[in-house]
Amino acid sequence: MHVVLATVLAALVLLGGAFGTAGAQEPYRLGAIFSITGPGSSLGIPERDTALMIEAEVNARGGVKGPDGRMHPLKLVIYDDASDETKAVLAAKKLIDEDRVTAIVGTTLSGTSLAILDTVQKAEVPLISCAAASRIVEPAAERRWVFKTPQSDQLIIGVLVDHLKAKGLKRVGWLNVDYAFGQLGWIEFEKATAAAGLAVVANEKFGQKDVDMTAQLTRVKAAGPEAVVVWSIPPSASIVTRNYADLGLRMPLFQSHGVGNKKYIELAAGAANGVVFPAGKLLVAEQLADDDPQKPILLAYAREFEAKYGPRNTFGGHAWDAVQLAVRALGKAGGDRAGVRAAIESTRNFVGISGVFDFSPTDHNGLDRRAATMIQIVDGRWKIAK
Amino acid sequence: MTARARGGALAAAAAVVAALPWAVESRYVLGMLVFIALNGLAAIGLSLVMGFAGQVSLGQAAFFAVGAYVSGVLTASCGWNGWAAMVVAVAAGALVAFVVGLPIFRLSGLLLAMGTLAFGIIVYYVLVNWASVTGGPSGLAGIPPLALGGFRFDTDARMLALAWGALLVVIAFTGNVVDSRIGRALRAIHGSEAAAAAVGIDTARLKVGVFALAGAITALGGALYAHYVTFINPSPFGFAYSVELLVMVVLGGVASIWGPVLGAAAVVLLVEGLRAALPLLTAAHGAAEYEIAVFGVLLMAFMIFLPSGLAGLARRAA
Amino acid sequence: MAAEQLAQYLASGVVVGGIYALIGLGFVIVFGVTRIVNFAQGEFVMLGALGMAALGSQGMMPLAAFAVSVLGVAAVGAVLYRLAVHPLRHAPALAVLILTIGASIAIRGAALIVWGTDPLAVPAFSAGPPIVVAGAVVVRQGLWVLAVAAAAFVALWWFFTRTYAGAAVQACALNPRGARLMGIRVERVALLAWALAGALGATAGAVIAPITYATYDMGLILGLKGFVAAVLGGLVSPPAAIAGGFVLGVVESLAAGLVSSAYKDAVAFVVLVVVCLAQVLGALPWRVVAEET
Repeated sequence: MHVVLATVLAALVLLGGAFGTAGAQEPYRLGAIFSITGPGSSLGIPERDTALMIEAEVNARGGVKGPDGRMHPLKLVIYDDASDETKAVLAAKKLIDEDRVTAIVGTTLSGTSLAILDTVQKAEVPLISCAAASRIVEPAAERRWVFKTPQSDQLIIGVLVDHLKAKGLKRVGWLNVDYAFGQLGWIEFEKATAAAGLAVVANEKFGQKDVDMTAQLTRVKAAGPEAVVVWSIPPSASIVTRNYADLGLRMPLFQSHGVGNKKYIELAAGAANGVVFPAGKLLVAEQLADDDPQKPILLAYAREFEAKYGPRNTFGGHAWDAVQLAVRALGKAGGDRAGVRAAIESTRNFVGISGVFDFSPTDHNGLDRRAATMIQIVDGRWKIAK
Repeated sequence: MTARARGGALAAAAAVVAALPWAVESRYVLGMLVFIALNGLAAIGLSLVMGFAGQVSLGQAAFFAVGAYVSGVLTASCGWNGWAAMVVAVAAGALVAFVVGLPIFRLSGLLLAMGTLAFGIIVYYVLVNWASVTGGPSGLAGIPPLALGGFRFDTDARMLALAWGALLVVIAFTGNVVDSRIGRALRAIHGSEAAAAAVGIDTARLKVGVFALAGAITALGGALYAHYVTFINPSPFGFAYSVELLVMVVLGGVASIWGPVLGAAAVVLLVEGLRAALPLLTAAHGAAEYEIAVFGVLLMAFMIFLPSGLAGLARRAA
Repeated sequence: MAAEQLAQYLASGVVVGGIYALIGLGFVIVFGVTRIVNFAQGEFVMLGALGMAALGSQGMMPLAAFAVSVLGVAAVGAVLYRLAVHPLRHAPALAVLILTIGASIAIRGAALIVWGTDPLAVPAFSAGPPIVVAGAVVVRQGLWVLAVAAAAFVALWWFFTRTYAGAAVQACALNPRGARLMGIRVERVALLAWALAGALGATAGAVIAPITYATYDMGLILGLKGFVAAVLGGLVSPPAAIAGGFVLGVVESLAAGLVSSAYKDAVAFVVLVVVCLAQVLGALPWRVVAEET
C-alpha cells in the first residue's frame, strides 16, 4: 500500500517538474497580493480587477515582447492576504518559491507590505507595492528591491496643508481612524502644520467599525476650529461625514484620498457636498487641461474600467501603475528578477494614473507634488477645487 | 501517552525537523512549518489553561502580543541582544498572566471567560494607542533576527530549526509537568474543583500558576514571531487571533499535549489548502471570496463529526 | 464643558445603547434555553441589515423588506439549530462554541459572496432633519431604533408572560429536566429560542442599517458589544441585558467625550472587567451570571 502511494507521489512530482520546463513561449509570471477580503477590501478589489484587466489586454495583444524578440504570454497569479500580515508573508513565499514569479505587485495595505519586505528582499524579488506608507521605500539604501506607486502620505498631506494655508484656515481640528492609514496621516499632518504655522486645536480618533462618531465630533466642535480634517476610508469616513452634517457643523470639512470613490458619496448622501480632499487626478480627468500628459492615459483607463467593473477608483489606479511598470520591465529584461529590478529603477518619465513617475536609486516612489490635486464634491460629482 | 512514548515521538519529530531543510527547498513550505510551530506554541499555552486548569481563555492572543512586542521593542528600539530580550519577553508573559490571573481566577466559568476576553481586547487597544512605544497601528519595523555570534537565524530553514526546537522542548517540559504531582493536581481540579479543594489542593494558586506558565509559553511563540517576520503591528494579535487559537486547541483536542500542534497544523494547512484548491474548483480569480465561507463550513462539519478533536481520533485509532 | 455637550454624549449613548440592548437580548434567549453562547448572533444582525438593504434596493416597501428580513433570519436561526447545534447536544460545551464560531464564519463568508465587500446604504425609515432635544442632536432613525427596541421588549415581555410558548421557554431556561417532565418538548422550545434570537438580531440589524450601513463584516464587533451587554445583565435576565445595553452605550459615549476618544472601544471591556470583579467582591446587588460551571 505504502509502496503504491510512494510511487504515485513520485510520479506526480516528476510530472509537476515536467510542466515546469516549458517551451519557447514561456509565460512571464507576475505575482500579485491584494486584500480582497478584510478591512482593505474596498481598496484591494479594484486593484485586483485592474490587474486582471491589464492581463487580458496584454494577452489579447499576444503577450509581452521580451528582450529575445519573442512574444511571451503574461501569467498573473493573484493571492488574497485577507488584510492579514501572516497570510501576506505566506502568500509572498508561495509566489516566490512555488509559483516562481519574476516580480510581485502589491500589497494593498501598508502593514502587509511592511510585513513582506523581509521576505522579498532576502529572496531578491522585486516588489511594487500599492500601499501608501513612505516607510515601505525608505530608507532607499535598505529598500533595494522595493518600489511603490501610490503618492506618499507626506506628499498628499503637503498638498492639503498648502491648500489650508492658502485659504487662510489657521485653526484646524483633526480626526483619524485608528488604523495605520489614519495614524500615518496624523504623523505627517502634525509635522506639516507645525512647519506651516497652523494650529491643530483638536485631535480625536475613532475605530474602523464604529457606528457613531458624534462624541468625537462634539469634542472637536468645542475647540472652535475653522476647518476640520478627517483621515479615514468608507464606511467610517461616510459615517463621520453624516454625523458632521447632522450635528450642524458648518466649518469646511476636508477628507483624505481614502474617499476618492463613488461609494463615499453614495453612502454619505447629501452630507458629502462641499467636502474637499486631495487625490490623484483620475477622478477629475475630464477637467484637466488638454496639454496635461496624464489626461489621455487617465481617460482611457477610466473608460475601460468603468465599462467592465464600475465607477473609477484611485486605488485601482495604483495597481494599474504597478502592473504596467512590471510589464514594461518584463519587456526590457525578460523573466530575470535582477534585470526587472534594474529596469524598474531606471524608469523615467512614465506617465501613469497616480502621476508621472521618475524612479532612481534614491527614489523608489518617483512622484512629486504634481501627482495630487485638491478636489471638491459638488452635487455628487468631483470638481477640481480652486 | 507514556513518558517513554513521548520521548520516542519527540526524538522522531526532532529528526524529521533536522532533515527537512535538506529535503524541502521551498521557502513557502518551510514558512508554513515555522508558522505551525509558532501557532503551536501559542496553542499549547491555551490548552494548558483549558485542558488542565479547565478554564476557557478568550484572550490568549494578548500574551502572544506581549511576547512579540516586548522582544521587538527591546531589540529594535533599545538595541538589546535578541536572546536577552526573548528571556524578558517570556518572563513578561508569565508576569502579566500572573498579575491578571490573580483577580480573574477568583471568577469561574463564564465570568472567567469574560474576564479573559476583556483582558485580551484591552491589551490590543493599548498596543494600538501607546504609539510612542509600540509604534501604534503602523507597527514596529526593523526587528533584528536572532543570532549566535555570527550565525544568524534569518532564513526560513534556520527559523524552522529554532521554532520547532523550542516547540519540542516545550512539549517535553509540559509533558513532564502533566505527569508530575502538579499535573495530577491539575487534573483533579479539572475533574471537580470542589473535590480537589477538599483533598487539600490549593486550587487558586495552581490555576494562577498554570495561567502564568501558559502566558510564558505563548509569549515565547510571540517573541519568535517578531524575530521571524521582523515587523509587527497590532492587527494580527486581536480578538480574531484568540478565537483562532481556541479553534486550534479544540480541533486538535483539549487536554492533550500534541493536540494543539495538530490543531495549529490543521488550521494553517486548511487555510493554505483552500488558497490552492479553490481556484481549481471555481472561476480562477473569483476564489478569494469563497475561502471564508468554505473555511466556516468545514469548521462546522469538523465539530459535528469530530467533537473531541484530532487527538481524540488518534486515541480511538490507537 | 457645556451642558449641551453632555446632553449630546448622553443622547448618542442612549441610541447606541438601544442597539446593544437589542443584540444582547438575542444572546440571552439562546443561552437561557440551550446554555450555549451563540457566536453567530452578530451575523444575524448583519443578515438583517443586508437583507433590508438588498430588498429595499429591489424596490420592496420598507415595511415588507423588514418583515421578510426578520422572518428570513429567524428561519436561518432555526435551521442552524436543527442542522448543527441539535446534533451536538451531547458534545462538550467547547465543541458547540467552536461550532457557533464556524457558523459565524460561514455566514459571513456567504454574505461576502452574495453581496460583496462594499457597504450598502439603507434609507432611513422616515425622512427629515435630525431632532434637537435639550441641545443634543438626534437623527430620526435614532428615535426609530429606540421605538423598535421598545416594541421588541414589550412584545417579548408579552410573549414570556402571556403565552404558553413563552412560559415553556422560561420553564426550559429554569429547569430543562423539570420542563421535560411537565410534557414540554425541550427540542421544540430550543428551536423556537434560536428562531427568536435570529428574529431579534435581524430586527436590530434592519433598524440600525440606515445609521451604520450594511457590510458583510459588521457583525463581529456589534456581536461582541451586544454580548458584553448581555453579560452585564447576567446572560439569563432579559431586562438586565436591556439595562446593560443602555449602560454600555452611555458609558462608551461619555468616556469618548469626557476622557479620550482613543480608548473608546476598550471602554466596553474595561466596564466588563469592573463588573465581573465587582460581583466577585460581592459589591453588586444582583448576580451577573447564574452560578454554574
